[in-house]
Amino acid sequence: MLLRTVLRRTGYALLTMLLASLLVFTALQALPGDLATQLLGRDATPSAVAQLRATLHLDRPAWRRYLDWLGAALHGDFGRSLVSHQAVLHEAGRYLRNTALLAAIVVVAGITLSLALGVIAGVLRDRWPDFTISGLSLIGMSVPEFTVSTLLVLVFAVRLGWFPAVVTDGPDASVGELMRVIWLPAAALTIVMAAYVIRMMRTSVIDVMGSEYVTAARIRGLSGTRVLFRHALPNALLPTLNVIAINIAWLVGGVVVVESIFNYPGIGTLMLRAVHDRDLPVLQFIAVLGAATFVVCNLLADLAATWLNPRLRTPGRAA
Amino acid sequence: MTVTVPVSTAELVADVSDLSVAYRSGRRDVPVLRDVSLKIYAGAALAVVGESGCGKSTLAGALVGHLRAGSRVTAGSVRIGGADILTASRPRLLALRRGRVGFVPQNAGHSLTPSMRVGAHVVEVLRTARGMSPATARAEAVELFRQVRLPEPEILVDRYPHQLSGGQQQRVAIAVALAGQPRLLVLDEPTTGLDVVTKAGVLALFDRLRAELGIALVLVSHDLGAVSAVCERIAVMYAGRVVESGDTATTFRQPSHPYTRGLLSSLPRLREPGLPVGLAGTVPSEPEPAGCAFAPRCSFAQESCGRGEAPRLVSVPGRDGASACLRTPEVLAAPAWESAVRARQPRAAQEPLLEVRGLTVDYRRRPDPGSGPTVSDVDLVVRRGEVVALVGESGSGKSTIAWTIAGLRRPTSGEITLLDGTAPADLTREAARRDPTVRRQVQLIFQNAGTALNPRRTAGDAISRPLRLRGLRREAARTARDEALRDVGLEPGHADRLPAQLSGGQQQRVGIARAIAAGPTLVLADEVVSALDVSVQASVLGLLDDLREEHHLGYLFISHDLAVVRGIADRVVVLYLGRVCEEGPVDLVLRPHDAAHPYTRLLVASVLATEPGVGAPAPAADGEPESAPPAAGCAFQRRCPHRLDQVCDRETPPWQDLADGHRIRCHVPVVELRAGPA
Amino acid sequence: MSANAPAARRTYRLFRSSPSMLVGLVLVALNAVVALTAPLLAPFSPIQTDALAAIEGPSGAHLLGTDQLGRDVLSRVLYGGRYALLISLTATVLAVGIGTVLGCLAAYRRGWFDEALSRVLDAVLSVPAILALLVVVTVLGAGAPVIVLAATVVYCPAVIRVVRAAAFGIVGLDYVTAARARGEGFRPTMVREIWPNILDVVMVEFAMRASWIVLLVSSLSFLGFGADPPTPDWGLMVSENRTMMTVVPSATLGPIVALASLIVGLNLAADGIAKARGIDRIGGGLR
Repeated sequence: MLLRTVLRRTGYALLTMLLASLLVFTALQALPGDLATQLLGRDATPSAVAQLRATLHLDRPAWRRYLDWLGAALHGDFGRSLVSHQAVLHEAGRYLRNTALLAAIVVVAGITLSLALGVIAGVLRDRWPDFTISGLSLIGMSVPEFTVSTLLVLVFAVRLGWFPAVVTDGPDASVGELMRVIWLPAAALTIVMAAYVIRMMRTSVIDVMGSEYVTAARIRGLSGTRVLFRHALPNALLPTLNVIAINIAWLVGGVVVVESIFNYPGIGTLMLRAVHDRDLPVLQFIAVLGAATFVVCNLLADLAATWLNPRLRTPGRAA
Repeated sequence: MTVTVPVSTAELVADVSDLSVAYRSGRRDVPVLRDVSLKIYAGAALAVVGESGCGKSTLAGALVGHLRAGSRVTAGSVRIGGADILTASRPRLLALRRGRVGFVPQNAGHSLTPSMRVGAHVVEVLRTARGMSPATARAEAVELFRQVRLPEPEILVDRYPHQLSGGQQQRVAIAVALAGQPRLLVLDEPTTGLDVVTKAGVLALFDRLRAELGIALVLVSHDLGAVSAVCERIAVMYAGRVVESGDTATTFRQPSHPYTRGLLSSLPRLREPGLPVGLAGTVPSEPEPAGCAFAPRCSFAQESCGRGEAPRLVSVPGRDGASACLRTPEVLAAPAWESAVRARQPRAAQEPLLEVRGLTVDYRRRPDPGSGPTVSDVDLVVRRGEVVALVGESGSGKSTIAWTIAGLRRPTSGEITLLDGTAPADLTREAARRDPTVRRQVQLIFQNAGTALNPRRTAGDAISRPLRLRGLRREAARTARDEALRDVGLEPGHADRLPAQLSGGQQQRVGIARAIAAGPTLVLADEVVSALDVSVQASVLGLLDDLREEHHLGYLFISHDLAVVRGIADRVVVLYLGRVCEEGPVDLVLRPHDAAHPYTRLLVASVLATEPGVGAPAPAADGEPESAPPAAGCAFQRRCPHRLDQVCDRETPPWQDLADGHRIRCHVPVVELRAGPA
Repeated sequence: MSANAPAARRTYRLFRSSPSMLVGLVLVALNAVVALTAPLLAPFSPIQTDALAAIEGPSGAHLLGTDQLGRDVLSRVLYGGRYALLISLTATVLAVGIGTVLGCLAAYRRGWFDEALSRVLDAVLSVPAILALLVVVTVLGAGAPVIVLAATVVYCPAVIRVVRAAAFGIVGLDYVTAARARGEGFRPTMVREIWPNILDVVMVEFAMRASWIVLLVSSLSFLGFGADPPTPDWGLMVSENRTMMTVVPSATLGPIVALASLIVGLNLAADGIAKARGIDRIGGGLR
C-alpha cells in the first residue's frame, strides 16, 4: 500500500520532469521564427547562420530534435556549448559544485534558523518577539535579492570591510578558498528564503496551537512544554515540508541575481553568461536542471510527509 | 438555591457558586453564564441540558478551569479540591486537572492528537499524573481500555486515532480522562454524532463506570432523553441561567418550569403518534432588557414576568427540585407536556407519484468479491399526499437513494419513474438531462441549511432563483417569493437578509421555501431537522406537514431519528447497508416492543433506551457500525442474533408479507423472530 | 435591513480591524498616484543628462543627488515605477483572470480535464520563474509584450492552483449541489455560486502575484533584460548606480526604498485581506 504510493508519486515526478523538459525545449527551440537568425542577431553573416543551423540540426523537425536531445541527455550528454565547444555537463560541473556548496550552507543554516524563529513567533503570538520577527520577515520577502545583496555589500563590504564585495576566484577555486568569500552571498539568499519559511511556520504553529487536540491536551493538565513539543510541533511541521521543498528548489533561480552581484562562480553566473552569449545547449541544461531540482525536492517532501504522517502511512479504519 | 444531592454523608466534589461568565464583543460584555450555582457530590450524576447558546458548554469548560479565549469570569467561583479552579495558580491548576477532574470534550476524534498513538495519550497522563514507569503505564493503559469496553485492547493501544471509529474514539477519550483517577468526570455532548445504537452502548458504559468507580459525572447535552438514562439529577439551562433543577424522573414526569415543559413538548416520542407541538420563538441573542429571559416565548407569562430582575432559582415545595419561575404553581397544575395528534386524512388509495424498482447504486471502482454495492435492489413507492420515511443509520445508503432520485447520482441499474401529469418521466437521468418541468417537480431539501444556502446571496435571492428559472418575470417572481416566505412562517422582510443573519431554524425554512417555490409534486427531505435544536425541530416538522396538506405533496423523508419518523410519516422503509429490511405503515413497523425484523428491533430498543422517562435497558447487540455491505446474502447477517449459517450469508432473504402492506425480508419466519433471540 | 448596508459596514469594519492592511493599500495607492502624476511632480526630466552635475550628493537642487550621467535621481525615482507597474499590472490581470476561470473549471469538471491540467501545471511550475523568463528573453528578445506574456504564463499555474483549491471547497457544498439539481450549467454556477465566495481568495492572490511579478520584473531590469536605458526603472537604476554607491549612496537607496514601499504595500494588503477573511495562506510558495 505504501509502496504503491511511493511508486505512483515517483512516476508522476518523472512525468512532470519530462513535460518540463519538453516545455523548456519548446520555449527555446520551437517558437515561431528562425532560431538561428534570432540567436545571432539580424546582422549576422549568412555563413554564420548556416553554420549555426548545421550545429543545431535545425533541418530536422522540432520533435525529432527533442527526442535526440532527450536520448542523449539520459546518457549524460547535454550537447556542447556553442561558445567553448566543451561538453555542457563537463563545463557546468564546476559551477554546479560551487552553487551546491552555497546552497548547502543556505539550506542547513537558513532552514534551521527559520523554523526556530517561526516557532517562536507563533508561540509568542502578538507579543514583541512576534512583531519583530514578523516585521523583519515581511521586509525580507518584500525586497528582491538584488536589493538585499546590494545593501549587504554596502554595510559589510564597503563600510565594515568584513567581507569582499566581489569574488575574484574563478570556477576552479577550491572549497577552502570559496569558504572565505561565500558568506555574503549565503546571507543574501538566506534572508530572502528565511522570510517565507518563518511566516509559514508561524502560521502553521498558530493553527496547530489553536486546534482542539492541543486544547484537550492542556485540559488534561499536561505542562506547556510537553504540549508544545509532543502534541503541537510534530503536527505543525508536516504542512511545512512542502513549502521547505519549494524554497530549496527556488535557490536554483535565486542564485542568478545573487551570484551575478557577487561574481560568485556558480550556476547562476553561468546562466547569465549563456544568455548573453546565446549559448543554447547550456541554457537548456540549466533550465531543465532547475525544473528537475524542483520536482525532486517536491517528491522528497511528499514522501517524507507520507512517511511522517500516520494518517497517510497507515490505512484508515477497517470496515 | 443550589442543586444538591440529598446524600448527607457524601463528599462535595465540585462547588459552583454564583458563577457568571461573559465574553467581549466589540466594546460590550456579552454574558454567557449568569448566577449559576451547583453542588456536585461524590458518586452523583448530573445532567446539564439545554439548547444551543444556553451556556452549558461554557459551564462544562469552567468545571475544569477552561474558558474560551476572550471570556472571563465576572462573578462567582468554581471550587474544586479546596481551591477556586478559575483563579488557581498554575501548579495548582495542573494538579487539579491531573488528579481531580477529567474532561471528555465534545468531538472526541478531534481531541486526540493525530500524530500520537491512542495508547500513548493514556500513557502520557499516567506517567505525568501518577508517576508510573513506562512498562507499568502501558499495562495500565490496556487495562483502562478494557474498562471502557474497547475491543482487543492490547492491539488497539498501538493504533492511531484516525484508524478508530467515532464510537471507539469516544471511548479512548473517556479512558484518557479516567487515567488521572479523577473524582469528577465532565462530558461535553458525549453522544452527539453517534449512531443510535452506539449511543445506547456508550450511555450504558457511563452507568457501569459510575457503579464501578464511584466517580461523579456531569453530562452536558442537548439530548434530553440520552442523559436522563444515566443521570438521576438534572439541571435545565436557558440563556445562561439554570431555570429548573432536581430529580430527573420527577422533572420529566411533571416539569415545574415552562421552558422544560416546552422542551418536553418538542420531543418526538416513539411511543406516541402525532407531531410534537414545539416552542415558538427563538433564544434571545441580546441580553434581555428586564425580567425573565423566557417570558417572550412563555405561554404562562404574565406582566410581572417581563419586569424587574430575572427570577431566582427557588426550591419547589413538596418535591426535590427548584425552579426559576414566578408561575410555578400554574405550571405544575398543567399537563406535563402537550402533544398534538395531527389528524391524518384517511389515505384512500391515492395515485402513486414515485415508483422505484430494483434500484442499485455501485460506487466501487474495482469489483470486490468481499463486498456488495452501496445500494442494492431497493423498491419504493410514494403516493401523492403521503409521507414515506427512509430510515437507517449512517452508511445505510438513504442519502444516496435520495440524491439518485434527485438526479445528482447515476444509478447502476433499476428504474425510477415519476408518475405525474401527462407521461411518466424517467428519473434515472441526471438532473441536467431532465426536462425542465420534470426537474421542477422533484425538489431536494438539505440537512444543513447553513451550507445549503449561498452565504453571499440573500434569502430572497435563493428563493427567487427557481422562480426565475420557471420563467416568471421579475415582478411576478417577487410576489411569489413573498408568498413563499409567508408560507413557511417568515416575513417578506426576511428576503433581504443574508443566511448568516438568520437562525438555524429560519435558514431551514428558507431552504424549504426555495424547494416549494419551484412548484414540486415530490419533495425529498434529507435529514432536514437533524441539525436543528429540539424546540425548533418541532415547528419545522409542523410546517412540513402543513405544506404537504396544502400543496398535496408526496414526501420521501430521510431520517435516522425513529421518533421523528413516527410523528410525521405514513409509511416507513427500514434500510440497512443499502438493502431494505422492512417496510410498511409506521405504526405497524415501529412497534415499541414487538418489532418484526431483527434490525428494526435493535433500532427501536436503542431509541427507547434513550427516551426520557422510559428507563428501558440498552439493547444487547454490540454497537460497532459496519461500513461495507456483504457480497451476498442478508445485509444484517454479521450482527443478527437469529442468523442461520449457510443460509443468511448465501442467499438473499425472501419477502414475508404481514398484514396491511407490511412486509419484511428475512429467512427466519416472523413468529420465531417475535418470540425472542435464538 | 437591506443587504447593501451590511456590505458597506463590512468594508468599514474590515479597514478598522486591520490597520496594517490600510497602510498597505495606502502605500500601493501612493505608488500608483506617483507613477501617474510623475510628470507633474518631478523637478527635472528623468532622461535629461548634465555632464557637469554628474555624481553629486544630495543638494538643494537635486534632493537625492545625481547619477553618472548627471540625471536627477529624485525625478528618476518618481518615474521609476511606471515600467514595472505597467508590465506587472497587465501580467497580473491576465494571470489572475485566466487562472480564476481555469481553476473554477478544473474544480467543477474534475475528471480527466483536472488530471491533465494538474500535470501541465506541475511542469510549468517546476521551472523557476527567473530561469523561464531568461530563456524566453534569449529567444524572443526583451520587449515588453514578451515579458508580459512570459510572466503571465509563468504565474498562471500558481493562481490556478490556489483558485482550484478554494473552488473545490465550494463545489462540494450543498448550495452548489442545489444549483446542479436545478439543471444549471457551468457558467451560471461559476458566476452566481462560486465567484462571490472565492472573491476574497482571488483578491489576496491578486495582491500577492502582483508583488511577485514586480519583484521579477525589477530583477530582470537589474540584470539588463527588462527596461532599456535610458528608461528610468528602479531595478535598472540600482544596477547602474551600484558602482558609485560609496560616493552617492542615495542614488542606490532611493530606488531601493521606492521599490520596497510598493512591494511591502502589496504584501501588507494581501496579508490584511487574508487575515480579515480568515484565509489560510500556508500554501504560498516562493517566487
